[in-house]
Amino acid sequence: MKRIGLEIAVLAIFAFALSTLPGSAGESAAVRNCTWCHGTGAQGYTVAPRLAGQRPAYIVSQLRSFHERTRDNPFSVQYMWGAAASLNPYTARDLANYFASIPPRPANDGNGAFASRGRSIYMDGIPEANIVSCYACHGPNAEGIRDIPRLGGLAYFYIKARLEQWGQGYHSTPGSPMPMVATHLGAEEVEALASYLSFVR
Amino acid sequence: MKAVGLKLILQTAVLAAAFSASGHAQERMAAARVGGLEAKLEYCKTCHGLSGQGYLGWFPMPRLAGQQPEYIEAQLKAFIERRRANPVMRNVAHVLSPSMISALANHFQHLNPPPFGGAPRGSTGLGKKIYEEGLPESNVPACSACHGPDGHGQNEIPRLAGQLYPYMVGQLTGWAKERGQGTSVDTSAIMAPTAHNLTRSQIEAVAAYVSYLH
Repeated sequence: MKRIGLEIAVLAIFAFALSTLPGSAGESAAVRNCTWCHGTGAQGYTVAPRLAGQRPAYIVSQLRSFHERTRDNPFSVQYMWGAAASLNPYTARDLANYFASIPPRPANDGNGAFASRGRSIYMDGIPEANIVSCYACHGPNAEGIRDIPRLGGLAYFYIKARLEQWGQGYHSTPGSPMPMVATHLGAEEVEALASYLSFVR
Repeated sequence: MKAVGLKLILQTAVLAAAFSASGHAQERMAAARVGGLEAKLEYCKTCHGLSGQGYLGWFPMPRLAGQQPEYIEAQLKAFIERRRANPVMRNVAHVLSPSMISALANHFQHLNPPPFGGAPRGSTGLGKKIYEEGLPESNVPACSACHGPDGHGQNEIPRLAGQLYPYMVGQLTGWAKERGQGTSVDTSAIMAPTAHNLTRSQIEAVAAYVSYLH
């Protein structure tokens, strides 16, 4: 009897360990809580951005900014503050690594007519108008690095909304240069950048 | 009567606030578009850090704070004339007038934030030795002879104190690929043999040492 009890305990511990392994994260409740909005393949869905292929350090920093309520645009307040309220740093790190490992697919939903203009702004900025090059921080293929996010292939709506929100004074990660970048962008430049980036793979 | 007076005052205040707000926004836009000094400084600091302390993007953006103005001017001209190859800075620099270049260089000279930090600490002792004594057997002169014992540089010789570690490593390992391009000789030629004679681990040691200097 005692022996059976021990075996059950060992099995239970083993099962728990399995469920927390990164490889099985696809089935965990924590992942399902994310993919409910971000899409079953984590490729993004309507207002919820794609998480697949995102830089893990960026996902961690954003989950922290929701938890600490520093990222304060309307959708963040409405959905992500609650979602990240009881998230511990270890789960956040595991989720980030899991989503980062999924190959991303481009949204391809921008206006193709603006894509080449967007690429020009992305690579060179507009020095005459004090608009900085996006490439200098986000990389030649918009792949991001460390906690600087991958932008290539994110949905047109999402990139446009984020760029507009910084210009409107909403906050994100403390110390981010993006509010300064975005105040110089006009509607036409935002349109071009969001269109171009949606096609980058 | 009193109520009417209050209402008038309130309306005036609201109108005044509305006008000053839109006036402010227009001023901001105008300043940004015509390229005043303040707007251009904000543009530089977007990448090089709010106090010019440097920033790590896809590329390491070097510290400009406390930099010798003659060095900043010389480098901006080198970007424009394609003597220094850089995918981002050529574009940035080619719209700058000579007087804007001088004003920018002069501004950064007076900033003094603490070093960016983050370099490995393991070899700073070796770095200090190379910095102060050179490597006679490898024909590497002491860095301090030109850059000064405190690493603050002089005239066209740059300040190294507080410079970002990955930037220093990138410059010293790729010196001849980025600097001194084309046919006209510039001051970057002075560093070419020294950069060539340093090994990777010696470069990392010196870069780590100077990155912590104030």
